[in-house]
Amino acid sequence: MALLEIQGVIRRFGDFTAVDNVSLAIEAGEFFTLLGPSGCGKTTLLRMIAGLDVPDGGRILLNGADLADLPPESRPVRTVFQSYALFPHMTVEGNIAFPLKMAKTPAAEIAPKVAAALEDVRLSGFGTRSPHELSGGQKQRVAIARALVTHPTVLLLDEPLAALDAKLREEMQIELINLQKEVGITFVYVTHDQTEALALSHRIAVMNQGQVEQVDEPSKIYGFPTTRFVADFIGHCNLLSGPVRDSGNGIVTVDVAGLGPVRVAAPSAIAAGRPGTVALRPEKIRIEATAPADTPDNRCRGTVSDLLYMGDVTVYKVDTPGGHKIEALRANSASGRTKFFEVGDSVEMSWPIAAGHFIEE
Amino acid sequence: MAGMRAPERLGKWLVSGPPLVYLVVFFALPTLIMVLASFRTPGEFGGLAPLVDEAGKVDLNVDSYVRFFTEPVYAEVFLKSVWYALLTTVLCLTLAYPLAMLIARSSKRYRDLLLLLVILPFWSNFLIRVYAWMIILGPQAALARGVNGVLAAVGGEPVPLLFSSFAVLVCLVYVHLPFMVLPLYANLEKHDQALLDAAQDLGANAWQRFWRITFPLSLPGVYAGAALVFIPALGIFAIPDILGGPDDSLIGNVIKQQFLETRDWPFGSVLSIVLTMAALALAALAAWVGRRSSGAASRA
Amino acid sequence: MAALAGYAFLYLPLVIVVVYSFNDSRLNAEWVGFTLDWYRKLFRNEEMLTAAGNSLLIGCAASLVSTVLGTMAGVALHRYRLRVLPVLVLTPIAIPEILMGVSLLIFFVMLNFTLGLLSVALAHIAFCIGFVAIVVRSRLAGMDESLTEAARDCGATPWQSFRYVTLPLIMPGVIAGALMAFTLSIDDFVITFFTAGAGTTTLPLQIYSMIKIAVTPEVNAVSTLLMLLTLVLIVIASKLSPTLLRSDE
Repeated sequence: MALLEIQGVIRRFGDFTAVDNVSLAIEAGEFFTLLGPSGCGKTTLLRMIAGLDVPDGGRILLNGADLADLPPESRPVRTVFQSYALFPHMTVEGNIAFPLKMAKTPAAEIAPKVAAALEDVRLSGFGTRSPHELSGGQKQRVAIARALVTHPTVLLLDEPLAALDAKLREEMQIELINLQKEVGITFVYVTHDQTEALALSHRIAVMNQGQVEQVDEPSKIYGFPTTRFVADFIGHCNLLSGPVRDSGNGIVTVDVAGLGPVRVAAPSAIAAGRPGTVALRPEKIRIEATAPADTPDNRCRGTVSDLLYMGDVTVYKVDTPGGHKIEALRANSASGRTKFFEVGDSVEMSWPIAAGHFIEE
Repeated sequence: MAGMRAPERLGKWLVSGPPLVYLVVFFALPTLIMVLASFRTPGEFGGLAPLVDEAGKVDLNVDSYVRFFTEPVYAEVFLKSVWYALLTTVLCLTLAYPLAMLIARSSKRYRDLLLLLVILPFWSNFLIRVYAWMIILGPQAALARGVNGVLAAVGGEPVPLLFSSFAVLVCLVYVHLPFMVLPLYANLEKHDQALLDAAQDLGANAWQRFWRITFPLSLPGVYAGAALVFIPALGIFAIPDILGGPDDSLIGNVIKQQFLETRDWPFGSVLSIVLTMAALALAALAAWVGRRSSGAASRA
Repeated sequence: MAALAGYAFLYLPLVIVVVYSFNDSRLNAEWVGFTLDWYRKLFRNEEMLTAAGNSLLIGCAASLVSTVLGTMAGVALHRYRLRVLPVLVLTPIAIPEILMGVSLLIFFVMLNFTLGLLSVALAHIAFCIGFVAIVVRSRLAGMDESLTEAARDCGATPWQSFRYVTLPLIMPGVIAGALMAFTLSIDDFVITFFTAGAGTTTLPLQIYSMIKIAVTPEVNAVSTLLMLLTLVLIVIASKLSPTLLRSDE
């Protein structure tokens, strides 16, 4: 049985349904991420787990017990807020000791536990500082220490790194991964940043408009998106749609306007005529000036319309017959040559069957 | 936290209960009792006659209301009060506006100080402020002697400054001025200087800029200030009582007289209710007008 | 400048009162010489001292009770969407004072409640609650909501969350409200006038009868002292709650 079970949870605000019949099973010790754009319901769901909001329907079970009648202070669940929510009138020590005080921990035990928590987040010696004297990253760590000091069963994190700059965010991401491994507590993480989600999580639940689109490991979310939304939201993805011509032997052929038959790997057979989409990651496409010598599974010609130099790679946007704009990625060579093609160049693109992923509509 | 559970609902009543109960007992209830009193008969020695007389009948009538509506003198007093309150409001507006503009336009450092200086006199005892005008307008004081000296020089009669409508009005304005300055300032502070710069750019002179941009945008503040001045001024009694002459009785004075001297409580209640209705109507009007015209400049 | 004249207009009368309290003349007409006699007379004036004592007593009592009730009201106004409470709390401030004075007079007499210090205190509390509530509410509005949620999340019951997090953060506002209530009570004339009854006097009532019956510069002296007290209290209060003086009713 999963540690945290969310069963058919619904939350409405007037006419607007923020969380629409969501069911999830989160295992103990997981780093589980709720990923989605603003307004998709991920934060609302998190708050309901914390007890800061009450569902209109459905249940939330922790270790099999329904959390419904438990107010937030009685739940073994702690939250790290996006704004850190450190108590400005208490020192760092005061903040971290607060949950211990509320749990009626004997006074003699409080100081050592606080010290241990500070050590865990590598802020020993900061105990007597006030929150306003801390930097963003330090505040973040105090918030985490405060949340972990009573060893909750689940730690909820609401976009904790959103306010940090890029470099600091990367450092904190690594720290979070290590921290989670060390303490072994189940993390439920909310973010709209898909690279962050891919980097941190054991599993990701992609949410959109109150519903869960897909729950899977990061590599599967990236490589095998099951809906157009997931494919589009995670990384860059070419989406080629059309009716299925035929299928068999693990291969599906989709008729894409202008490009002709596109062959893609698919686990099961799909009836002919049904609509489908081929999801194709830009880095999987081979882009060259002339036609390839071998016989690729899929190929098409096109004209470069835009290019984006990204430092390590360059993204080429290619106009193809049928009105598609296909993105292809090519690493820039170490010898310093950064652009292989110019705008207006004619190019040949090809990719194997396994490069694409079929999404049923 | 949305979606309340039972213990939170209990908390809500625990917190809002005591003040609610207190105000119901000591504000709502007395008001209702006053309404009831307006329908009763004055007692033999003043106050109120028993609600249920010896015959066991409930003694309720509209005699006092009839009296108010048939004896013109009371309506006159009421109208006089309205007139005084109106004058006070207009005078306060003309005096307060430049002051508020000055504070709003001054640099941030001084603004709080300037504001504090406007409000401090307000926090001194009300009677002291009235008394101060007694001194200034007194017959022996410099002002009166100066004015009357001038009058005597041109062959006129000496004019008593004290115990006159003039004194009452001056003091009314003085006492209520801060109430007009504050909302005006709050409004003017939020005006975007860029609007005036743009207008100047388009060729508007100082007066045009004021009349066509600043003043219309400040209307919500004007209405708020007007309400804060007019309503209390309507019910004032101490100022005419101390500084006014025999002709300067306002509705507040009549009410006081009915309750403490004549002791015709039902009639006093009628007068009070009329005053309350007027005050509430004006407050509602001010709120409605304020809501309508607050689309332009200030916060809703 | 016109504005300077405005400030002069505001302060001149008060300055005159203060100045003449040191004037060696019975008449408040022109300056004769410096004296502290009026202050000495003041402190020997039995009635005045009783009145001052009453004012302070009522002020403390009214301030205490209205601060507690007003803080509760402020919290309730901020947190819950009630319909009746805002009306009850804010109307006493919006209507002319004489109405409250008169209705409370009828109320007390009907209940055969003796008019005296207690009736005055009860009346003062009724209109002070609104002022304290407004100050506390605006202080709460400026507070970060997520702090109370964080407190609950950390294991605090609603009461603990209020006691350890909310209250310390709004305390300056609460104290400012208390000081304001005290000042309002000490200075109140109209409502006290109607609810004090025959035998009780407070400082403003005493000043009033002195003004009406026999004006001596003792009035100036007591006025000066009262102004000083109020000044000090309000300056302290405005330091504690910087938005205290911007009433957005």
